[in-house]
Order: sequence, then C-alpha cells, then structure tokens
Amino acid sequence: MEQLTREKEYLFWLSGLPSMGAVAMRRLWDRYHSFEKIYNIEGKELAGLGLLGDRAREEFDRNKNSLEKSREEYEKMKEKGIEFVTFLEEGYPGRLQPLHGSPLGLFVKGRLPDEHRPAVAIVGARDCSHYGREMAEYLSGALAQAGVQVVSGMALGIDGAGHRGALKAGEDTYAVLGCGVDICYPRSHFSMYLEISERGGVISEQNPGKAPAARNFPMRNRIISGLSDVVVVVEAREKSGSLITVDCGLEQGREIFAVPGRVMDPLSQGCNQLIRQGAGIVTSPEDILEVFRIHMEKKLILDEKIENGLAKNEKMVYSCLDLQPKFIDRVVEESGLSLGECLTLLLELELKGRIIQTASHYYAKKL
Amino acid sequence: MFCKVNSIGLRGMDGYSVSVEVDIGEGLPGMTMVGALSSEVREAQDRVRTALKNSGYHFRPQKVTVNLSPADIRKGGTGFDFPIAVGMLGAYGALDMTALGDAVLFGELGLSGELKPIRGILSLVSKAREEGRRRCFLPKDNAAEGSAIGGIQIIGVESLRQMTEFLQDPDRILESEDETEEDREQEGYSVDYAQVQGQFLMKRATEVAVAGYHNLLYIGPAGTGKTMIAERIPTIMPSCTPGECLEISKVYSICGLLPKQGKLLRRRPFRSPHHSITGTALTGGGRNPIPGEMSLASGGVLFLDEFPEFSKQGIEMMRQPLESRKVVLSRVSGRYEFPADFMLVAAMNPCRCGYYPDRSRCHCTQQQVQSYLGKISKPILDRIDICVEAAPISFDELKGMVPQESSARIRERVERARGVQRERFLGSGLTFNSEMKGDEIQRYCGLEKEDQQFFREVYRNMNLSARAYGRILKVARTIADLDGKEQISHQHLCEAISYRSLEEKYWNN
Repeated sequence: MEQLTREKEYLFWLSGLPSMGAVAMRRLWDRYHSFEKIYNIEGKELAGLGLLGDRAREEFDRNKNSLEKSREEYEKMKEKGIEFVTFLEEGYPGRLQPLHGSPLGLFVKGRLPDEHRPAVAIVGARDCSHYGREMAEYLSGALAQAGVQVVSGMALGIDGAGHRGALKAGEDTYAVLGCGVDICYPRSHFSMYLEISERGGVISEQNPGKAPAARNFPMRNRIISGLSDVVVVVEAREKSGSLITVDCGLEQGREIFAVPGRVMDPLSQGCNQLIRQGAGIVTSPEDILEVFRIHMEKKLILDEKIENGLAKNEKMVYSCLDLQPKFIDRVVEESGLSLGECLTLLLELELKGRIIQTASHYYAKKL
Repeated sequence: MFCKVNSIGLRGMDGYSVSVEVDIGEGLPGMTMVGALSSEVREAQDRVRTALKNSGYHFRPQKVTVNLSPADIRKGGTGFDFPIAVGMLGAYGALDMTALGDAVLFGELGLSGELKPIRGILSLVSKAREEGRRRCFLPKDNAAEGSAIGGIQIIGVESLRQMTEFLQDPDRILESEDETEEDREQEGYSVDYAQVQGQFLMKRATEVAVAGYHNLLYIGPAGTGKTMIAERIPTIMPSCTPGECLEISKVYSICGLLPKQGKLLRRRPFRSPHHSITGTALTGGGRNPIPGEMSLASGGVLFLDEFPEFSKQGIEMMRQPLESRKVVLSRVSGRYEFPADFMLVAAMNPCRCGYYPDRSRCHCTQQQVQSYLGKISKPILDRIDICVEAAPISFDELKGMVPQESSARIRERVERARGVQRERFLGSGLTFNSEMKGDEIQRYCGLEKEDQQFFREVYRNMNLSARAYGRILKVARTIADLDGKEQISHQHLCEAISYRSLEEKYWNN
C-alpha cells in the first residue's frame, strides 16, 4: 500500500511535466516498472536509451527538484476531493486498460463510469444547429433513462446537449476534459460542470490546474471513446474534431453510430459520410440500445410529440414548425394568421416549452 | 460722413441684428474694420473696395472706418460684404439712404460687383421679420428661399449697380412684384412601402415604431431590405406642418443644402451617414458651430447602417440628444442649440460574417457573435425600444406577385395612433408613448389581471430586466393605440414582448 502511494506520487510528478505523453511514460514504465526508480535515473541515461527526447530530457532534469512541491500539490488535490486513479489500481477503468496509449492515470472529480453498465459517447460539433442540439439532448435522455451512461467532452454545442439530456433525465453522465478537472472550460457550462461532478464524474488525464490547450483536446477524445462502448456522432462537418473521436473509437474497436442529416447541410456532411462508410445509422434511441440488447417496453417515436393540449390555432402555428428554425415571416405565410396572432401564439408555445426561439424571431419545435 | 445700414448675422440656428456703421473722415487714407471679426469678414474690405471700383465708383482716398455692432459678438460668414459696400456708398454721399431705414441687407460680393448667395437665409429673414423690418435686400439667388418666410418684402439683387438703381428710384422697389408665388411643390415621395415585398415583421415593427416615435434596430444579413425599409419610413410619418417645414428647412439652409430653387423642404428628411463619420459631424460643431447629421435628420429619420462600425465616441454623443431632442454645443463664445428631434433607426449584421443564424454559412462561434453584438453600447441600447430580425427573402417574394400595402394606408393608421397620443398627453409636456417615464407608464399602461400574471411569468422565464419591462409596456401601449383600443390586450402585450431588445433575446439558451 505504502509502495503504491509512493508510486502514485512519482507518477503525479512525471505526468506534470508538459512534454510527457502517455506513450512515453508507458515506455519508461515497461522498462523499469517503478516510477520512483525512473525519477532517480539521470535524464541523460534515459535519453541514451531512446526513452526521452531532447526537450523532454531537459525538462525531466530541470524539474527534479520540484518533487516536494509536486507532493504538496498532490495532497492539496486530494483535499479538494479529486482522485487520482492509476492503471496500477483496481479502480482503473477496465475499458481503457487494454488500449494502446491509454493514460497511466486519470484525475476524477466525482466517479468513473460503472464497468458493468453500458456507456455511450455522444459527440459532435460545437457550433451545431438546433436540430443537432435537440437530437443530442433527446438521444442522451432516452439512453440515460434506459440505464446507459453518457460520456462526452462538455464542449459547447452537441457535447453539452448530450450531458444536458442525461442530467435532465436525472441520470449520471461523464465529462472528459482537455484541461485539469478543477477547471471549468468552457465557463458558460459551469452549472453543468457542478452537476456532472455531483451526479457522475468529471475526468481528465491532465494534472489539476492545467489550463485548456488546443493540443490536449484531440488527446482527450481517445479517452471519451475509450470509456464508451459506442460512439454516436450527432453533427459534424466534413473536417471535424468529432471525427478524431471516431478514428480513436475505431482503433479501440468501438461501435460507431451517426445521426443522419440533410444532404445539403454542411453540419451533417461528416455524419452522412460516416454512414456511407458503414457506421450505424441512428433513427431512434433503440438503434443504439439494440447493441446492448436492451429493449424498450414502450416504443419511442421521435417523430411527433402529440399535439394534445394545444388550442386549435396553437396547433395551426405549431404544425408549421419543425426542427429546422423557421423565420416568423414564413410562419405567418404558412399559417395564414396575422403577424400579431402568430407572435402571441408562438410566445405562448414558447412559455409552454413546446417550441424554442433559436435566434430572435426564428422558431423551432422542441423534441 | 457717417452712415448706418442694418444687417443680420447668423449665430447657431438664429440670426441677430447687426448694424453696419461706416464713417469717412480725415486722416491717412485706408480702411479699418472693427467689431470682433473673423478672417472672412475682415477680408470683406478688399472685396468691397474692388467691387465698388468695378461697379464704376471712384472715391477720393480717405480714412474709412467700419464697425459692426454689437462689437462683442464674434462675427463670421460673408453676408456682411453687401451692407458694408452700401454703407460706404452712403457715407461718401453717393446714394440716398432714406429707403433703407426699415430694410436689412445681406449678401456676399464678388470682385465684379455681383451678389452671391449665402447660407442661412431662412434664419436671417425670420429674424428680420421679428425685428419688424419691412423689406429685405438679398442676393437674387437667395430670393426664392427668403420669400418662403412671408410677411416681409424680399428684394433679390443681382449686383451693386442694380442696388444703386433701386435706391435712386425708391418707388420702383415698392412696385417690384412680390415673388412669393404659391406653387407649392407637392410633398410626394418617390418610394413607397407598396414596393417592398414580404418582410411582414420588419414592416409591422416599423409601423409601430413610427406610431409611438420609438427608436428602432434591425438585425439581419446583408441584402434583406433593411435599408430599403428604413428609407421609406418618412413616407409613413405624418406630413409636415408648415412650422415643421420651416424648422427642417432652416437647418438645411444653414448648411447650404437647400435645393437651388430655394423652396422649403416639404418631405421629412432621411439621413444615412456613412459609418466613418466623426462625432463632430454627427452633433455639429466648428468654431462658428453649424448643425450636424443629427440636426439634419431632425423631424425625420437618422439611419445608421452597420451600427457597430460607427465610432464609439460618435454613438455615445447621441445619448443626450436622444433624451432632450436637441443638441447643445457649448463654446467660449456661448451656447448653441440645434434641433435633434429625429427617430433613430439602426441596422446591423447579426455577426461578423453576417450570416448568423444560418449555420450552414456562418461559422462564428457563440463568443464571436456575442462580442459583435456587444459592440453596441448599453446606454444607447437602452434607448432603442424595438428590435427586430430581418431574414433573407424567398424567390417567390422577390417575384413580387403579391400586392403590398401602400405607405398612404399605413400612414393613416400612424396618424390615428398619433392623434390618440396627443389627446392622452394633452398638457403633460409629452407627445409620444416613447417619452413616457415610470409614472406615466404606470398610469397609462395598465394590464388586465391575467395579463399581469402572464407578464410576470414571461419576466421570470426570459430573464427580463427592469428596463425591458418599461420598454415592453410602452411599445404595447403604442400597439394598442394603433389598434384603437383603450386597454392593452393580451395580443398587444405578446407582440410587444417579441420586439424586446437585443440584449434580452440573443443567446438566451
């Protein structure tokens, strides 16, 4: 036990070095099987064996005297309720263990996904459309209710909608960050961040306090797919970061699903292309649940929320809308009602939570 | 010998009486001009001397002293050339000045002796009439403009030589026909709302804004007709009263922007300055201040396209005029007041690339969109009651199959709503719904019980601010007035809520 704690402290120190990646650390481990030992070896020697590059070596030597500080930080982190789970322990996710390049240690605020329950990653574009946001929220809500854990990256757009759906359903969800787990990025998701860390877990391989950096985000994608059994892409442009997650997922042997979009829509081109290449197509949550052999008792119909409880002219306006936001003038034309009436009905529907204004005077249905 | 001639000087929007005193006496030959003169007035001595020579007068070299009194007001402009020249003729005894006792003179001289038009004729002639003068000699080119005032005889003079002829035969002056022909130019506009296809929302919001004199902001991509709709706003404003025409024309007269024929402007102005405009050009300014764009738009519309691109300084300068409806410029030489009773109409793109919320073309992130919208200052936004979105127009709309409502019909409704407001605010010092403050809002914008409940819900759900609360009620009042209703109904309220301003509705999710 004593031994393990020491090892973890040394690993904490090592992973705090900026140019130290998971693969390099793994190579060091494979040779010496002790981080304490590694710490005590001269950087020159490690470099001689080809285990460290020039910059890493220089950093390695320079930071040796910061071990004490690193220990203090480690203690402080534990006080903050952040756990450090290494691959040496039982608690380390079994899904990650066999993967090449998996992180040696994970920082967790909250908890890690349950090994015995299915997990699905929901990823997609940050600047998504209303359609994408609604789909992500709807899918993750339905999956969460069926007992699936939703994993994503807490970014703006699809990621956030994925988490939100699960949270709204009152279930747990897991966010993998590209910065330290004590940092909320993006800021606007702060309340979501708190809720996730309470209800599920916020996870990162970066040491706490590490600021978000662009290069860390592709790296965290492999953890997102690694922690899940299935990767669902909701909206992605032709060249999108979400496709990195898909590549990682494929390497890791995960099932890939994509939500189809309209052919003309650039935001769906990535998804449609995935489908053409053989990814599963999502037309309802059941498509994904089938992978886990979960059967819903009540068939979910994505299509139409029943128009019950709406007055006659409310229905007239409501039926003009769909998931693609529509400008008020079009609604006026299609419903044949006056502008004043339309504005009144739309506002009432909005208050009832049936529709949403995606931008001012653009309206869309809510799923 | 001594001679005195009456003239009028221009200071800000108004004229002031100046008496031009000329004395010729013994001493070293030369000409001295006194009376707090700016350089263009001082230059008059050369113009006058040469003009007199070229008009055929040759005088004995003597000491000439010219004083423009009151001597403590700084005088600018070129309008004093003419009275100085006539004064000199009088002082040399070349002319009989009796006919000038109750007349005023102003005009610029060319070296040949011809009279050239000057600016601000309307203000000068008004002042002359106020002073009780009976006739007014001014450059021929200004005669039509001057005659717009009425109640004073206007005599257009072509040259100094013609002036002397007039004075030698004073009866001819009285005979000379009054040039105030009554061929009032029709106030028609070349544009009309009937030409605008689609865009129900923008048109309706514009109508509401004009009816209650609310300031207005359009948000939308390029090519959605923001400018087109804005430039038609004057066509649905109530037509100008004669008093308003004069006030509007005065500003243009001072800026030298009146059309050549010099008739009063009968259309409401639509000013659309480029966004590179300086703050001073907006407010007006200069050592002898002249009006800026805000005053030129007075009585009509000041349209600021690409609103976020305007300099912050310029925009901030509009804050006070938007409240007090006038521009006050303070200089060492005194305070100058210009009218600024305009309706502010601003237009902007929703984001830097201009395509938001069309996500297939707009790649701006939320932050980028927000920071673009954030460029507009809060205090100005607080003064804009109505804010609407413009969307790209469909092909069917462009084809123009559907007959659209004409400006004349919209104007009828606007005038009716204005009438209701006039009656409501009789004696209270207000004119429009947009001017209501807390007390009046409480008094005139009462809601029915269910609507109060409904509004409370909206207020909570949509995170409205206290300011937005007042703005929505004011706009709801205007919509009810347009509808001819005493009580604000549910629909009026809902419509007003959907026009609420930018900060409340963008990025609420």
